[in-house]
Amino acid sequence: MPEKIIESCNVKRLEILDEGGNADESLMPPLSDEQIKKMYELLVLSRAFDQRALNLQREGRLGTYASILGQEASQIGSAFALEKSDWIFPSFREMGVYITMGYPLHMLFQYWSGDERGVKCPEGLNIFPVCVPVGTQLPHAAGAAMGVKYRGDKKAVACYFGDGGTSEGDFHEGMNFAGVFKLPVVFICQNNHWAISVPREKQTASKTLAQKAFAYGFEGIQVDGNDVFAVYKAVKEALEKAKKDSGPTFIECFTYRMSDHTTADDAARYRLKEEIDNWKPKDPILRLKLFMEKKGLWNKQYQTDVENKAKEAVDEAVKMEEAIEHPEPKDMFTFTYAKLTQRQMRQMKEL
Amino acid sequence: MPKLNMVQAINLALKEEMQKDKNVVLLGEDVGKDGGVFRVSEGLLDAFGHERVIDTPLAESGIVGAAIGLALYGLKPVAEIQFMGFIYPAIDQIFSHASRIRARSRGRFTCPLVVRAPYGAGIKAPELHSESSEALFCHMSGIKVVVPSSPYNAKGLLISSIRDPDPVIFLESTRLYRSIKEDVPEGEYIIPLGKARVVREGKAVTLLAWGSMLHRTLQAIEDIDAEVIDLMTLNPFDEETILKSAKKTGRVVIVHEAPKTCGFGAELSATIAEDAMLHLKSPIMRVTGYDVVLPLPKLEDYYIPTTARIKKAIEEVMKY
Repeated sequence: MPEKIIESCNVKRLEILDEGGNADESLMPPLSDEQIKKMYELLVLSRAFDQRALNLQREGRLGTYASILGQEASQIGSAFALEKSDWIFPSFREMGVYITMGYPLHMLFQYWSGDERGVKCPEGLNIFPVCVPVGTQLPHAAGAAMGVKYRGDKKAVACYFGDGGTSEGDFHEGMNFAGVFKLPVVFICQNNHWAISVPREKQTASKTLAQKAFAYGFEGIQVDGNDVFAVYKAVKEALEKAKKDSGPTFIECFTYRMSDHTTADDAARYRLKEEIDNWKPKDPILRLKLFMEKKGLWNKQYQTDVENKAKEAVDEAVKMEEAIEHPEPKDMFTFTYAKLTQRQMRQMKEL
Repeated sequence: MPKLNMVQAINLALKEEMQKDKNVVLLGEDVGKDGGVFRVSEGLLDAFGHERVIDTPLAESGIVGAAIGLALYGLKPVAEIQFMGFIYPAIDQIFSHASRIRARSRGRFTCPLVVRAPYGAGIKAPELHSESSEALFCHMSGIKVVVPSSPYNAKGLLISSIRDPDPVIFLESTRLYRSIKEDVPEGEYIIPLGKARVVREGKAVTLLAWGSMLHRTLQAIEDIDAEVIDLMTLNPFDEETILKSAKKTGRVVIVHEAPKTCGFGAELSATIAEDAMLHLKSPIMRVTGYDVVLPLPKLEDYYIPTTARIKKAIEEVMKY
């Protein structure tokens, strides 16, 4: 009997907006000028937040912080496609997602300053607390999506993680559940090419991360993760698919971590400056600016206004955060269980 | 009133809670069509359908992780881990997430799930089918650990566990699954978590046990006025009942199947020493499994505490 090809898969890459700010009109998602400007403002705000967080950390006013520099399009583009009623399972490098969803900025500073009250997600948003272990949030996203499906809700679940996360066992288990149960979940993998010091090619021998999805029985696509339109379009379509009960999607956002892993890291120990320099022209904000300029949506005055607005918002958030009273020591006991145990009550008296 | 074994009692608790609350769903390996390898969920697939009795891929971390997601979304998942020895891949999910979701989200999200797992040696099963690792879970704040000792209390405790607002590890002794039958009423009754049960009152010595070891402990009592306490919930455990008894009798023997070092008996012993030392007439004794890798069936009877070892410990404390 001759051997037959019984399965094959083709991995697509989506790019819409190039480094020169030229968009492929045939692929452009339907976005109004106002929406494009809103996206730009969120990109600028997220970067302003990020830079301020780095500065505050250096000044000893914030704890260890994981910068999103370079990944703003992956985060703003994806979150822009989400509804407030959707459920989000982030990793620890998703400040652009939080900001796009309208999470209060001062609470983000509060969290990174070591105050847990900062990750108490406000009512009206469904963002799970920052997930510090890598990849463990994929099964949660699958489980929440099982809940969505069970109740027949018109919602989707978005799960964020990075290239390093794809090496974890829970990546497999979460992806597998999503495929087997055909769940309304969108896996958004920001391939920023570095997991602390380990480069992408040492995480997996797969040519792309997107192709992994095919092994779980659903579609994977790679998008230019520095192209806010490509990310938005891919995520928007995946969310619509999820809400039509047509199953999960895996989206590899091909981007780059321009910063150190966190403020506790020094990337100069393990990667070349030339590599970072090569990514600079691919900057997500720069290319959207060039696009908007050509469309007559951007001028210097607009830029000044957007930057000032972002600075004001960040200034205000820092002021608010620094005015928050130190948490009560007893607060650490309050949320261990629904009710304090007898033993906890006695321990509280030792404080 | 029907006489049921523990498998039937747990099945009845699941069935009644699922009838009462549409948010209760079961998931795990072979829980659907097969009714679970011990048949605990037998008939539930037919009664409630694939949406609520979910045969999952073979993935313990995925099962508990998905249960966490379901619980966050507002459901009440009851996950089955086929044997306690297979719970280890899911420990990351239990420790890193289930136990701390309420704390990390300051109460915005909660994780009301139950992870059921058969535990314990004595049924001549292969490796990792006989573990008794309850102490691992008792060390982790934010989760509760429940070990029933009879069909009656298994049903009442499971109902409480399903309704509890926090994650519960519910450990079912494989040796007890079919060895005892007792009256188990239909319909709702609750045995509260965190409360121990005085199985028999006495003045001479306090015997502390849970799960399968309760029965061996009772068998070991001869002509002695022993007070026997069935802990039922290990975390949070009922300090009040234990200390009251220890102060009354002045002698304590703790019996558990798990290895001695850092077993839950160590916590009980330390608690009694801290709070009731001046009432004690003798050292606190522990009768436990040995500090070894749990042997395969040919040696397991030598591993599990025997009535002879329990008797000897009681004799020891009575010498003082």
